[in-house]
Amino acid sequence: MTLTSDVDLSGAETAEMTTAVAMNSALDLALAADPRVLLLGEDIADPSGGVFKVTRGLSTRHGTSRVRDTPIAEQSILGAAIGAALAGYRPVAEVMFFDFVTVAMDQLVNHAAKFRYLSGGQHPVPITVRTVVGNSRFGAQHSQSLEAWFMHTPGIKVAFPSTPSDAKGLLASCVFDDDPCLFIEHVALHYSQKEPVPTGEHRVPLGQAAVRRAGDDVTVISYGAQMPGVLAAADTLAGEGISAEVVDLRTLVPLDFPTVLASVARTRRAVVVHGATRFAGPGAEIAATITEELFEELAHPVTRLGARYVPTPFLASGLEPLPVAADVVGAVRRLASS
Amino acid sequence: MTDTQLAQPHAPAGLPPLAVLERMYEVMRTVTVTDERARAEAKAGRMPAAFYPVRGLEGVCAALGAVLTPDDHLVSTYRNLADTVAKGVPLRAVIAELHGRVPGSSKGKGGTMHMHHDPSGLMATTGIVGSGLPIAAGLALGAQLDGGGRAVAVTFGDGATSIGAYHEAMNLAALWHLPLVFVCQNNMWAEHTPIAAYAPSTALAERAAAYNMAADAVDGFDPIETWRVLGAAVARARAGEGPTFVECRTYRLVGHTSSADYSYMPPAELDAALARDPAPTFRAWLADGDHVAPARLDEIDKAVDTGVDDAFDFAQSAPHPEPGAIYDDVFADRTWVEGR
Repeated sequence: MTLTSDVDLSGAETAEMTTAVAMNSALDLALAADPRVLLLGEDIADPSGGVFKVTRGLSTRHGTSRVRDTPIAEQSILGAAIGAALAGYRPVAEVMFFDFVTVAMDQLVNHAAKFRYLSGGQHPVPITVRTVVGNSRFGAQHSQSLEAWFMHTPGIKVAFPSTPSDAKGLLASCVFDDDPCLFIEHVALHYSQKEPVPTGEHRVPLGQAAVRRAGDDVTVISYGAQMPGVLAAADTLAGEGISAEVVDLRTLVPLDFPTVLASVARTRRAVVVHGATRFAGPGAEIAATITEELFEELAHPVTRLGARYVPTPFLASGLEPLPVAADVVGAVRRLASS
Repeated sequence: MTDTQLAQPHAPAGLPPLAVLERMYEVMRTVTVTDERARAEAKAGRMPAAFYPVRGLEGVCAALGAVLTPDDHLVSTYRNLADTVAKGVPLRAVIAELHGRVPGSSKGKGGTMHMHHDPSGLMATTGIVGSGLPIAAGLALGAQLDGGGRAVAVTFGDGATSIGAYHEAMNLAALWHLPLVFVCQNNMWAEHTPIAAYAPSTALAERAAAYNMAADAVDGFDPIETWRVLGAAVARARAGEGPTFVECRTYRLVGHTSSADYSYMPPAELDAALARDPAPTFRAWLADGDHVAPARLDEIDKAVDTGVDDAFDFAQSAPHPEPGAIYDDVFADRTWVEGR
C-alpha cells in the first residue's frame, strides 16, 4: 500500500521510490553536498552495496575512501565514527541489525551520547547510526526493536520513519544534525512501499509528528513498521463508522508531544501501538504523559499495544509476538464504545 | 635513572633541546606535586571527586607531550592528570574541572574522568577501560582524510589490552594505515591485579606483530629514551607510515584510586620503583649531567609550586554551575530537554 505523506511535494520534482531507494538518494545527495560526510559499515561498498542494498552505487560514485567497508567490529565502527566526528566529519555508520548495536552500546551510550555534555559543549558528536530491525524469519537475535533503550539515554536522537519520503527526509536531517542520531529502519519497509519522493534535497525536521489520517473518535499513535497495520485498521474501523485519527511520531527523540496532546485533547481516547516490547516500552512514556496532561479530559485510560514480553519466537513456529491490525481494531472499538 | 643507562643508547647530540628538557621537567614536577595535592584535597573533603593517581607516569606523559603539537589529537583515560598537563591544558582549567567549577575545562560537569580541551587537542578522556582506542582510530581517520601531517595518540593502561575495543582498534588502525600512536602506559597493575595474573604474555608490544603493526617497548622511567621512541612513532604517523604500538613500562607508585590501600602490592617491588621516582630522578640527571643549571631547576620548582597553589586556590574559589546549566549541552538545543 502507499501511505500518504504530509510533506507538500507540489512543485518538487519527484520519482516513485521505495524506502531503500529513498535512503540511497538521501545519502548520495549528502555525500555530494558535503565532503565531510562519510559512510562506514560492513559490506556497504560495491559490489555488495549493503546487505539490504541501501548503499548500492555510492562507493562507485563517491569512492571507497568515503564509503568504507569495515571489519565485522561494531565497537570500532561506532568508535571510528565518533572520532571522525570529533575531527570535523559527519559520519554515517551502518550497523547491519539493531541487535548488533548491543555489542557497541558502550560507544553509543557512554561516548556519543555524552561527549557534548561532558565536554561542556566543546565536542558535539554529529554521527548518524543507521540500523535495521529484522523480522522473525531471522529469529530472536535479528528482530529486536530496542528504541526504548535509546529514548532512555539522554543525548541521542531517535528516528523511525514509516514511509519512503520520510525515510529520505529524516535521514538527511539526521546526517546534517549536530547531535548523534539513531536512525532505525525495518526490513519489512525497505521494499514494501513506493511513493513519490522528491529527487532533490528533501528534509523532514526531527521532532515533528505527522497526522496520517484525520479522525474524531480515537487517536492512534504509532511509528515505523507498525504504521501500515495501523492505517489498515483505521480503514476497517471507518467501515464500521469509527473515525480514528492516526499520528505517526516519526521521531521518538525529540518526541512531538504537542501534536499528540492536541489530538488526544480532541478525541479524548488514545491507543499507542509499537513493535517494541510493551512493558516499559515507548508507549509507557507516551501514555503517562497523556495521563498527566489530559487526565480530566480522558474518556478512557490510554491503551498500549506492543510486543509481548518474550524473546521473538522464530517465524516458522507460527507464534506472533507483535500487535497486528486486528489487535488495533479491537482496542479502538473498545475505546470508541467507552 | 643513571648516566650509564642513558649514555649507552644515546649520544648527547641526540638529546632534546634545552627548552624541551626544561619543559619535560616542568611537566613532571607539576604532575608529581599536583597529584600529591589532589589526593590530599580529596582526603580532606575539599575536592569531592574520584581521583585516579598518575604517580609513576610522569616521564611517559612528559615525553609524549614533548613530541606532540597542540594540533595533534590525544585521547586519554580516567587516569589522565599527567596527559592533560603534558598536552598543554592550562592547570587552572584542569584543577577547576576536578572541583566541578565553571572555569573547568568542561565547565565543571565532566569531572576527573571526563577532560576535554579543544584548544590543546585533548579530544576526550574516558572512564571506560579501552574505549578511547576506537575513538582515537576515528580521529586518526579524520587526520588521514584531511591529507596527513597531523598525528593522533591514545593512552591507555596495560589493563586495557585485555578488552575487545583494544583489539578492534588495533586491527582497524593497521588495516587503514592510520596515523595513530598507541601509547600503552604499562604500570603493571590492572586495578588490584598484577599483569602476570591476567595476561598469558606480559610482553605487550609483541602482540602488535599479529596486526602487522610496528611496535616498540621502552623503559617508561627513562624520559629521554621514551621521548626518542615516541618521537619516532609520531614521525611515522606524520609521514603516513601507519600506526605504532609503544609499550612504556612503568610502575604505579600509589594505589588504584586516591583512597586505595597498598596491601596487595609487594613492598620490595614498590620500593624499587619508588627509588626511580621519575621527577626527582630526572632532576638529578639534568643537574648532574649539566644539562640544566641547578639555579634554573630551582626556578622551575618554585614556579611549579606557586602555579599548583594558584590553581587550587583559583579552583576552590570559583563558582559552581548555576542550577539551570544542568540542561545545557545535552543537545545543541535545550528546548526539548527541559521538562522531560
